[in-house]
Amino acid sequence: MPQPSVDIDYVANLARIDLTAEEKTRFAAQLGDILAYFEKLNAVDVTGVEPMAHAFPVFNVLEEDVEQPGFTPAEALLNAPAQRDNQILVPKVVDDAS
Amino acid sequence: MSEPLHTLTLAELSRRLAAKQVTSEEVTRAFVERTRTVEPKVGAFLHRDEADTMAQARASDQRRAAGKSLGPLDGIPIGIKDVIAVKGQPLTAASKILQKYISPYDATVIEKLNAAGAVRWGRLNLDEFAMGSSTENSAYQTTSNPWDLTRIPGGSSGGSAACVSAGEAPAALGSDTGGSIRQPASLCGIVGLKPTYGLVSRYGLAAFASSLDQIGPMTRTTEDAALLMQVLAGHDHRDSTSLKQAVPDYTAALHAPAKKWKLGVPRDFFGNGLDPEVRASIEAAIKFYQGQGCEIVDIKLPHAELGLPVYYIIATAEASSNLARYDGIRYTHRSTKAADAVDIYFKSRAEGFGPEVKRRIILGTYVLSSGYYDAYYLRAQKVRTLIRRDFENAFQQVDAILTPTAPTPAFKRGEKSDDPLAMYLSDIYTISVNLAGLPGMSIPCGFTKSNLPIGLQLIGRPFAEADLLAMGRMFETAHDFHSRRATL
Repeated sequence: MPQPSVDIDYVANLARIDLTAEEKTRFAAQLGDILAYFEKLNAVDVTGVEPMAHAFPVFNVLEEDVEQPGFTPAEALLNAPAQRDNQILVPKVVDDAS
Repeated sequence: MSEPLHTLTLAELSRRLAAKQVTSEEVTRAFVERTRTVEPKVGAFLHRDEADTMAQARASDQRRAAGKSLGPLDGIPIGIKDVIAVKGQPLTAASKILQKYISPYDATVIEKLNAAGAVRWGRLNLDEFAMGSSTENSAYQTTSNPWDLTRIPGGSSGGSAACVSAGEAPAALGSDTGGSIRQPASLCGIVGLKPTYGLVSRYGLAAFASSLDQIGPMTRTTEDAALLMQVLAGHDHRDSTSLKQAVPDYTAALHAPAKKWKLGVPRDFFGNGLDPEVRASIEAAIKFYQGQGCEIVDIKLPHAELGLPVYYIIATAEASSNLARYDGIRYTHRSTKAADAVDIYFKSRAEGFGPEVKRRIILGTYVLSSGYYDAYYLRAQKVRTLIRRDFENAFQQVDAILTPTAPTPAFKRGEKSDDPLAMYLSDIYTISVNLAGLPGMSIPCGFTKSNLPIGLQLIGRPFAEADLLAMGRMFETAHDFHSRRATL
């Protein structure tokens, strides 16, 4: 297992969370402790053991394609932080043509 | 003088409603008023809509008067953990990021409660996104343990446990990812049942770790848990992990002739950190079952102690993925300080999530990140297989496994709140049950000298809820721990 140290800036960027300097210091120390604790798993021989993603895996859950009642636009947008013309409003994501 | 309505069990209230000795309006008002009285001390509720609750009660009375009662839950107030969607009600998950969120739909379990005539009563506090073991991670308030107001009620369903324990509702719904129903039930002296994975629909439950989460009942007695399970269990096409499993008659199982169960005790697992008073109560419970003619079998769960690291890898990995949906774009808090569209993610999540949620998202992101996936996540999934095999081996010999629910009674507020590892150890006896997808139930089995409740955990084979309830009932009929009430 790799050395338990966390590149907090790299991981926070992957997780899309801005952390304060104080949070980075504290989390790095706490996560180091937790990862060191995870090292217990290294002592187990897992050769040939299948990974388990679910207690009772269910595959290919298929349904008839039947029309069902759904949200009205007003219900779907009930919690939108900003909206216009029945759509969620976000800042511009492409630059103006130059 | 008859006992106040708020001290009665769900089953007793149900009998009195059916006999028309009381109305739902009277019952519901008793709990609403009890809540007004004790809530300043307990702090179980994040939101209460008394007018809506009383209107539901009156509707129930009208149904009953018209001879159209919907069954044993009709007119019974049920508290709802604030991660389960009720149409038109807030759902905060005790997080700032969902501070203004109103559910546009009902969870399947709520549809089922509605169809059974139950009265939805309030929104109950929890650790933010159900991440925690003390309810101290709520962004809004702390909840006190009714048995000692300086102590935590457990978590994450701490509001649900405290509410039932304090007589603010006869029963509540909780959710359990690593012990979040059973551990607070144990610490507050009530019954908490985590069903087999896939037995109860997760549709409308704010997801934490999807391969582990289950909704379940929190009640005063096993009889009450049986009544709620009867309504909650069953296949739901809207949850693709929901299983097509026949639902037995849980109440009938409770009243069936007592069986001489074979019960496994994993004593190697009762190691360091187990409080001596908790240990003594568990040993007494084991002796009790032996005295009832049950055979006690020493069993081994060699990988059980690895449950904790496996759980914190898998649960945080799943959480980091599930909580990506809280992006500030579609239905959550949106930061006003963002420089551009992508910065909305970074700033909204920074402002909206509390420390434990951030810590777990960071940890989960790390264990899934390139270069670490095999070492942590994949290895954890393999050890999860070994943990499950331990249980499968044990269940070839025994009908159920007995353990403490939690290693200690309720601890003081603030005692572990900035020591995540110490906090995680609160779940040492419960998490492997979620990893293996098994049913587990905590029942009150004693009190410490300082009058704090102690819980016994019964772990069963997949879909053995009826057996667990019958075993719990066997203990309950010979003891009075479940009927003691905290003085508030």
